[in-house]
Amino acid sequence: MENKGARVALGVWAGLVVAFLWIPLLIIMVYAFNSSNIQSWPLPGLSTKWFPVAWHDPQVHTAFWLSIKAGLLATTIALVLGSCAAFALHRFRFFGRELISFVLVLPIALPGIITGMALNSFFSNRHINLSLWTIVIGHATFCVVIVYNNLLARLRRTSTSLVEASMDLGASGFQTFRFVTLPVIATALVSGALLAFALSFDEVVVTYFTAGAQNTLPLLIFGYIREGQQLPEVNVIVFAVIALTVIPVAIAQRLTRDSGVLRRR
Amino acid sequence: MLLLTPPLAWFLFVYLAALAALFVSAFWQVNPFTTEIEHIWTFSNFTTIFQSSAYRSIALRTITIAALTTIADVILAFPFAYFMARIAGPKLRAMLFVLVLLPLWSSYLVRVYAWRQILDHDGILNWTLQKLGLPAANLAYSNTAVWLVFTYVWLPFMILPIYAALERIPDSMLEASSDLGARSWLTTRRIVLPLVLPGVIAGSIFTFSLTLGDYITPTLVGGAGSQFIGNVVFSSVGVANNIPFAAAFATIPLAIMAIYLVIARRLGAFEAL
Repeated sequence: MENKGARVALGVWAGLVVAFLWIPLLIIMVYAFNSSNIQSWPLPGLSTKWFPVAWHDPQVHTAFWLSIKAGLLATTIALVLGSCAAFALHRFRFFGRELISFVLVLPIALPGIITGMALNSFFSNRHINLSLWTIVIGHATFCVVIVYNNLLARLRRTSTSLVEASMDLGASGFQTFRFVTLPVIATALVSGALLAFALSFDEVVVTYFTAGAQNTLPLLIFGYIREGQQLPEVNVIVFAVIALTVIPVAIAQRLTRDSGVLRRR
Repeated sequence: MLLLTPPLAWFLFVYLAALAALFVSAFWQVNPFTTEIEHIWTFSNFTTIFQSSAYRSIALRTITIAALTTIADVILAFPFAYFMARIAGPKLRAMLFVLVLLPLWSSYLVRVYAWRQILDHDGILNWTLQKLGLPAANLAYSNTAVWLVFTYVWLPFMILPIYAALERIPDSMLEASSDLGARSWLTTRRIVLPLVLPGVIAGSIFTFSLTLGDYITPTLVGGAGSQFIGNVVFSSVGVANNIPFAAAFATIPLAIMAIYLVIARRLGAFEAL
């Protein structure tokens, strides 16, 4: 439909958008190798000396493990709750179904400070001290949405005739789940879990309100950047964080690219 | 039904209960002498917000920049999504998809920090401009920087729903339009745009809402005059320890988003999320 000129113009535009998205990430990764602790461009020299410095910082250690723990716990809760919700809303039609599907997306559709502030008032009213568990509760609330969306998308694309065929051939409900449903949804679950973990590991807006005096890794770097301290260490952590989030997301992306056997379209 | 109980209970007893707590706290106040929260119903937090011109201009700035960010993202995203969905071949499309998805999932804080370094007075932007013989941009710590960085960080959230909406338009519909004599501009305006609208609105839910509720970007790349609603909430909790006031201020983006979501739902944006 489009003439050649329009196609070329759109292609150039697409190239510029990709450059816009990626150049800042590439630049900031180069900063990790800055030999000086002065943050100005061009870098005076390249060095890997800040990597061991960041690695041996006890605050970074503590924050890193807190982030890992919170991420794993939140992802586990999200997997259970998100799958339950996706199955229920996919399989059954009932009164209030629309409303529930609306409420489920609220944690990602509403601004972060609302979720954060709401949880903060909630904990404060109940005199619940902020701890690892309050962080996990906050993260799980929006991670559920990720697992739910991922699984629901897969379930919608999967033909129901497979389950029916299995039942017709005399398989029990458990057998059908174990040998038919589970293999179909397994990769969607893994990718949902990876994305939920990546989200939890990076989250900062809500976490601030549910963490109190504790520092997750993003909260630690946010504090460092705000105060202009330890910037060479921040650059190294940033490098590691980019590398660490790209891996699970790339795997998740591969997994959701469907094998094609069970797709409707 | 049994399946639905755990997630429903979680949302009811944690999320919705927390939203209710936010709403209730907004009508309490902190005793200035004891710094304890007094459970007495009062509108004083809201009167403070609405009577202070400083708070009003903060709210207005937040909403304006959220709107400008959304507009800039639509302008950047639409041609890109169009190229991806209707011109690029399957291999290139898959590659572009990953190139958009990875920044979306990579740390938000990291991406804001990258811009702080780029826009800094001694940063790469001014250095490049100087090499090209142009005057320095000096964007650092300004509202323009805040807008630019918001546009950058939320861009993938706008691209993906528009792409999904474009991909769903059957080729036959566009062919029919051109067979019936419509020129490409007419086809774009009468066929493509209406069908893509739910995608644009779905994307705008993210760009608008995420900007409304943010304090990181204004803190890191904004200046003294870049306070956002989020910054006031942030410092009311962290510095002043005035939870009722923070809660009252947080109900403003909540009210705006509630209206926005209801409209978006009417326009069918939820199918495109």
